[in-house]
Amino acid sequence: MSEEVSHHAGLASYNFAYLDEQTKRMIRRAILKAIAIPGYQVPFASREMPMPYGWGTGGVQVTASIIGMEDVLKVIDQGADDTTNAVSIRAFFRKVANVAVTTHTKDATIIQTRHRIPEEKLRENQVLVYQVPIPEPLRFLEPRETETRKMHALEEYGLMHVKLYEDIAKNGRIATTYAYPVKVAGRYVMDPSPTPKFDNPKMHMSEALQLFGAGREKRIYAVPPFTEVVSLDFEDHPFEIQKFDKPCALCGAENVYLDEVILDDRGGRMFVCSDTDHCEERREQGHAGHLLGKQKEAAE
Amino acid sequence: MTDTPLLKVRDVSKFYGNRIGCSNVAFDLWPGEVLAIVGESGSGKTTLLNCLSTRLMPTTGTVEYQMRDGGYRDLYHMTEAERRFLMRTDWGFVHQNPADGLRMTVSAGANVGERLMAIGDRHYGKIRETASNWLERVEINTDRIDDQPRAFSGGMRQRLQIARNLVTGPRLVFMDEPTGGLDVSVQARLLDLVRGLVNDLGLSAIVVTHDLAVARLLSHRMMVMKDGHVIEQGLTDRVLDDPREPYTQLLVSSILQV
Amino acid sequence: MATPLVVSEVSKSFTMHLRDGLRLPVVANVSFSVASGECVVLGGPSGIGKSSILKMLYGNYAVDAGQILIAHKDRIIDIASADPRSVLEVRRTTLGYVSQFLRTVPRVATVDVVAEPLIARGVAAEQARERAAELLQKLNLPRDLWQLPPATFSGGEQQRVNIARSFITDHRILLLDEPTASLDAANRAVVVEMIRAKKAAGVALLGIFHDEEVREAVGDRILDVSQFSPRKIAA
Repeated sequence: MSEEVSHHAGLASYNFAYLDEQTKRMIRRAILKAIAIPGYQVPFASREMPMPYGWGTGGVQVTASIIGMEDVLKVIDQGADDTTNAVSIRAFFRKVANVAVTTHTKDATIIQTRHRIPEEKLRENQVLVYQVPIPEPLRFLEPRETETRKMHALEEYGLMHVKLYEDIAKNGRIATTYAYPVKVAGRYVMDPSPTPKFDNPKMHMSEALQLFGAGREKRIYAVPPFTEVVSLDFEDHPFEIQKFDKPCALCGAENVYLDEVILDDRGGRMFVCSDTDHCEERREQGHAGHLLGKQKEAAE
Repeated sequence: MTDTPLLKVRDVSKFYGNRIGCSNVAFDLWPGEVLAIVGESGSGKTTLLNCLSTRLMPTTGTVEYQMRDGGYRDLYHMTEAERRFLMRTDWGFVHQNPADGLRMTVSAGANVGERLMAIGDRHYGKIRETASNWLERVEINTDRIDDQPRAFSGGMRQRLQIARNLVTGPRLVFMDEPTGGLDVSVQARLLDLVRGLVNDLGLSAIVVTHDLAVARLLSHRMMVMKDGHVIEQGLTDRVLDDPREPYTQLLVSSILQV
Repeated sequence: MATPLVVSEVSKSFTMHLRDGLRLPVVANVSFSVASGECVVLGGPSGIGKSSILKMLYGNYAVDAGQILIAHKDRIIDIASADPRSVLEVRRTTLGYVSQFLRTVPRVATVDVVAEPLIARGVAAEQARERAAELLQKLNLPRDLWQLPPATFSGGEQQRVNIARSFITDHRILLLDEPTASLDAANRAVVVEMIRAKKAAGVALLGIFHDEEVREAVGDRILDVSQFSPRKIAA
């Protein structure tokens, strides 16, 4: 079924969501395989997309294959809806699929993300699509694809712990802070994409479906809902998430991931929610962080 | 003395078209026994070693290994997963060039600990302690535990390779010219170490070498190969002191005396 | 109890392939036995094959024909046809050999060289070293040499290490190749006493003794090897 969705003069007409139906079929098959084998990297025939490699082509292809006319799409980059990439990708889907878009996590049915998981707990009817640069968690230790495939096939993951061991030997603790490797459903070791390790616990037993797309590397993998996702560690160096010693300067939220923002050239800085939607909502509800509090006082 | 051999080799041959890699090799290897396979370049000794250690599939013949539960398995009827597991736990393979048997960009401690982590050890402190003990055992200063083998001398790398192989308590170790390329004094030290470890741990070993002195020092039994055939075998001191075959006599008489 | 050592119709020759297959007969039809507590001396001129006989008995040389029957534990083993594993087992527990030359591993200390045969038989290292020290003491080897590898020792010192190493266990058969050749009178006497002690303990000894006195002191009978020689040596 082909729909003309372009409203602008001079633009070629695209199939719904840009990809032709055969391609969507191929990608959906890959997605189904990925869901059937949680954490396993399924190769797929990644297409040429109208953005270069490194700009989310994998995530876009996954989203394009699953999106329907009833869907509501949210796109974030580093947690924010208003950064360049998030804005462009959202505009892209508006153009080629004419779907409803939102910045509210609660209202979205598909959330495409680069490098963060929303703070808001995801629900059963939601799909989280991650953009992945390098899908292979063992790549930096074992450059041969032939070897890493065997290691996954034979569940030979000693090398992964070697990496963590080296961290502890060098730094006194596991120094990996993002793209922290996890074991999925007790079988495959997976790279959760460059999300901060702070977000790893959110992947565990999530109600939502998590899909991962790597366009340049041509791999898709998945974590079905209610799947065990465990971060690798040692008995005497257990996995720990980052802790922030101050709450968000704008909304006062605690236990969320904060971004550091430099305010001036005198070392002034503030820590604010990385998840912009989450921060906005809290402020609408009346929460205020110490910076906002001061502003209110000044206003009064 | 146990009653059953650890390794049963029957009629192992490897052909490359018409060319003979090795031909009709048969022997039993018993626990605690060290067998030296001696020959010059092109004798087929390395081909044989590779056929025995599952690195090369023989054209004919069987190699049966006694598993820890006492039962024999034909190595070439195992799945690759089983073979790889065997290679990591019950066996060792010491390469001539230590860089082939080590991860050069990972610390010495991690090199030794990798096999432990591969079989499921998850306590950093204990893994590190075991690694440290092994470094001591192979006479590497333990304060080098966090250094990479790239910074080690040839002899140190070789000793590290040995530690890496022995950490899981293998019962059978294959060695391919373990002293090749090392300085003479370094060789002596390494051989002494290997001899001690083999004795202390009751290892079986198959050592390929062109150096008869290595065979004399390390092995109980010896096999002499030429052009892919085993031309003489027996007790090491017997073969070296009373060689019967012409080629063996030639080899023994060719050693330069210092 | 079975005779510890029975040699039956043993023959040997060397074929020198590097000399166009030149055949050198060594001995032919060697037959004799040694009883427990007996010390048999191999006699005959130099080059007649005495050392070769000892080496054949030890499995170091192959034989062309015949049998070498050793009473090992509760079995009889024929060294001439036994597989390497069995020969090693016999050497470890029953058959000892004092060779003329000491061939040692480069870095092992003398006391450990001597203790090794005991450790190989399951004795605890500490105990084995103590016993080794006793023997070295008896043989008057200077204490400050004990921790050194014997490679740089004098002939006499090396010989004493060799003797200590072979006498430390309770092997039932001992083969001795010129055990006192480089020793002075005092140490010769020590070795004689040690051999006597072994005899009293029921060990069967077969030896080559260059020294007339020692031969007289320990030998029960002389076996002239010339009778087995296929070569006629000019008198």
